[in-house]
Amino acid sequence: MRGGGLRIYAVIYLVFLYLPILLLPVFAFNSSTIIAFPLASFTTEWFAELPRVPALRDALWVSLKIAVLTALVSTLLGVCAARAAARYRFAFKGTIMGLIMLPLVLPEIIVAVSLLVVFLQIGLPLGSLTVVLGHVLICTPFCVAILNGAFQSLDISLEEAAIDLGETGWSTFRLIILPLVMPGIISSLLIAFTISMDEFIIAFFLSGSEATLPVYLWGQLRFPQRLPVVMALGTLLVLASVVLLTIAEVARRRGVARRGQQDNGGFL
Amino acid sequence: MVSAPFLYAVLLLAVPVAAIVMFSFWSQSYLDLDTTLTLKNYREAAADPIYGQLLARSLWISLVVTVITVVTAFPIAYFISFHVAPGHKSLWIFLVTIPFWTSYLIRVFLWKVILGYNGVLNSGLLGIGVIDAPLTFILYNLNAVVITLAHAFAPFAILPIFVSLERIDRSLLEAALDLGETKVSAFLRVTLPLAMPGIVAAVLIVFIPTIGDYVTPRLVGGPGGLMIANMIQTQFLKLNNAPMGAALAVIAMIMVTVVATAFVLLNRRFLKGRS
Amino acid sequence: MALISLSGIDKYYGTYHALRDISLEIEGGEFFSLLGPSGCGKTTLLRTIAGFETPDKGVLTIDGRDMARVSANRRPTNMVFQSYAIFPHLTVAQNVGFGLRRSDLTKAEKAREVGAALEMVGLGGYGARAAHALSGGQRQRVALARALILKPKVLLLDEPLSALDKKMREQMQSELRQLQRQVGITFVLVTHDQEEALIMSDRIAVMFEGEIAQLATPQDLYLRPNSRRVGEFIGMMNLIPGRMDRDGSQMIGDIPGLGRLPIVPDLLTDGQGPGDCTFGIRPESMSLVFNGELPTGKFVDGTVVERAYYGDMTYYEVLLDGGTAPVTCSMKNLVSRPVLDAGARTRLAWEPGALIVFDAA
Ligand SMILES: Nc1ncnc2c1ncn2[C@@H]1O[C@H](COP(=O)(O)OP(=O)(O)OP(=O)(O)O)[C@@H](O)[C@H]1O
Ligand SMILES: [Mg+2]
Repeated sequence: MRGGGLRIYAVIYLVFLYLPILLLPVFAFNSSTIIAFPLASFTTEWFAELPRVPALRDALWVSLKIAVLTALVSTLLGVCAARAAARYRFAFKGTIMGLIMLPLVLPEIIVAVSLLVVFLQIGLPLGSLTVVLGHVLICTPFCVAILNGAFQSLDISLEEAAIDLGETGWSTFRLIILPLVMPGIISSLLIAFTISMDEFIIAFFLSGSEATLPVYLWGQLRFPQRLPVVMALGTLLVLASVVLLTIAEVARRRGVARRGQQDNGGFL
Repeated sequence: MVSAPFLYAVLLLAVPVAAIVMFSFWSQSYLDLDTTLTLKNYREAAADPIYGQLLARSLWISLVVTVITVVTAFPIAYFISFHVAPGHKSLWIFLVTIPFWTSYLIRVFLWKVILGYNGVLNSGLLGIGVIDAPLTFILYNLNAVVITLAHAFAPFAILPIFVSLERIDRSLLEAALDLGETKVSAFLRVTLPLAMPGIVAAVLIVFIPTIGDYVTPRLVGGPGGLMIANMIQTQFLKLNNAPMGAALAVIAMIMVTVVATAFVLLNRRFLKGRS
Repeated sequence: MALISLSGIDKYYGTYHALRDISLEIEGGEFFSLLGPSGCGKTTLLRTIAGFETPDKGVLTIDGRDMARVSANRRPTNMVFQSYAIFPHLTVAQNVGFGLRRSDLTKAEKAREVGAALEMVGLGGYGARAAHALSGGQRQRVALARALILKPKVLLLDEPLSALDKKMREQMQSELRQLQRQVGITFVLVTHDQEEALIMSDRIAVMFEGEIAQLATPQDLYLRPNSRRVGEFIGMMNLIPGRMDRDGSQMIGDIPGLGRLPIVPDLLTDGQGPGDCTFGIRPESMSLVFNGELPTGKFVDGTVVERAYYGDMTYYEVLLDGGTAPVTCSMKNLVSRPVLDAGARTRLAWEPGALIVFDAA
């Protein structure tokens, strides 16, 4: 076996990474209301309780709405930016792309309070819309990063070949570019959706009275008797994330295969 | 074409950031905003030791988290890049990134469960008899914050390092060995310098967001583990003193920028000094 | 009337002058090559004809029509890209039929066209293959079929063979030439491989630094290069400083160590007269005289300085008695001929009239 010592380290590291997530279902199926060992008995009661909480349903609905909108808008913006970055030269390209990517490294609290200040000043009421605006801001860099890979690996002579064979700019986009970057678009949509579903700070500051799922969760964390239900909810969320991400990864790999390249792995 | 996302970034990022800078020079008088420009907030931030303390602590925590995260992440990135079969690399990267995409709140909360007085760790250790009273130094203090943040930002550190390691032409290493380097010295003289861009990216990408983290200090930090983001939130939402919060946010931003720039410059000089 | 005519074409990339006052005419049905070292502007010129680059000055007409306002997708040209640009998400047949999307043909007619095109390039039956599962040579054929199916007036090829290995390249060279004769379409080929250009072309334009240095048939280019640079670029050439004198109506070359040789008037260009000059002579215009062989023309004694054995040929560097620098000459290897080693004394014979005259260095 290669990399003996390192491999052991890697496995321990993975355990560290997965420890919290693996504990989720343990407590979600544990009948005790106290989140600690030793475990009591097995129960599905907490899962059964989930649909009976109206506030939870509302929050889920709000989050879904926000996440879908965010995914669509930020992927659209991401397509524009990635395409422009891959194909065109324009003045201040570095600065412009830098600004678009900046939210990736800006502390979220700063994004959140900055937006809060502006929205309050211009009198935009806090709610789902303001959260979407904030989420698009932080999701776009991720979309650009994913789509960059897809657009940059497109050989420009493919487009020229289509033009050469009589197609217009738009039909080339539709017939050649879009099919080739489609897997990237799908994984961009899914990842923006996932980030938005999970984002807390911005939603906390900007959601007003329309609590998103994480904001709702945050409120629940203060009530010890609600915790097992939170664990059940968390289990489902983790499951959903893993499914979505697996789809995104499969889409990405298929894209790599379709463009006939070597897989160099990984998101971002 | 780039104008749409650019306009968006200007409107929703540049403008708000400019606004918050301006805000920080205003002041709050009870329910009204006083829009005359003043340094009052900054003076207050400098005068009241609580702010200085929070800022210093945030900086310290971020630095410690960054060092720990990057140092522990490097071997993983190295392992995946150099010891995992090419066909399995993306699977490993996928494995490493999954935890990052699951609810941040719940992950942080679970660390509280793990590290707590009756938590998983303590009951586990008690159970196998390693300790005979629960450890208390692991929750509601800096240690807990550091562990939790290091966990949360692990993929952010692994990915850029992995990418830069992947870019290294393997024949360079063979050339180094061929020229008489040992494996260790080839690592130090070839691999590490070439991985530097990834390490720098990892440091920045971990350092910058951690300084503004809100959830972790609130959930696992206890009173001694609070950070500047908690104070900004308090100023904005609890004390209703947005200008003071804005001033703190600006100070935090400046601090981040200064430290990040200093780091990048130092590193550049370091690399130049070697070549 | 020429099919393609360029006059006074200039192209700048920023301040870089990529094409300088290019004027040339390409006839219908011709196999025309643009030959030159890397970076000389061959691709730029080809892409200008295709419509992917817009010249800053000058006029391009194809079939008598000014192309200035005709975009790439409306020009009667099609292109085979250096990377082949095979659409990776389509099958071979979909790739080849791509350009037919806008035609009025029925589905069945399109399928027939595609089949015929594939047949033509020797890929009959490959239609259903995924495009990314093809070898280099096959991709090249798909690219050819795809470009030819539209029956363009001009087929533009940008180094189409450079990605192939030597054997495959040689095979495709003759296939391409045959195909061109068969379809009768004008081919404009970009290459930096002089051998390839000589083998395939009817005429060749040699380019250096954005300018056309010489435009001629392969034989003319080889036998009568109009400058040292062209002479050196195409094939191998000895360059020897000397003098040219007039002897009655005849021009005589005077070469140190060799003496006086007549110059064929045909090889002199206008304005070349008596004075210092540089003589060019091809290695195959000189031969070593082996025992028992009769020297023809003029001969001189010398010493072998170095030799390179190629199997079919041996290249010798010979320092002539009284000469200053060695000259290279090539000998066909026959069973009856020995291969000389460095240091051997030998005798060198010159084919009369093989001197090409260039300006003095
Ligand atoms: N888009 C561009 N922007 C700026 N300079 C360019 C551009 N395209 C080409 N050039 C420059 O113009 C010159 C001619 O380029 P061109 O591609 O035509 O050369 P070439 O003869 O085809 O060379 P090669 O054999 O290497 O393909 C080169 O020096 C190149 O650097
Ligand atoms: Mg070229």
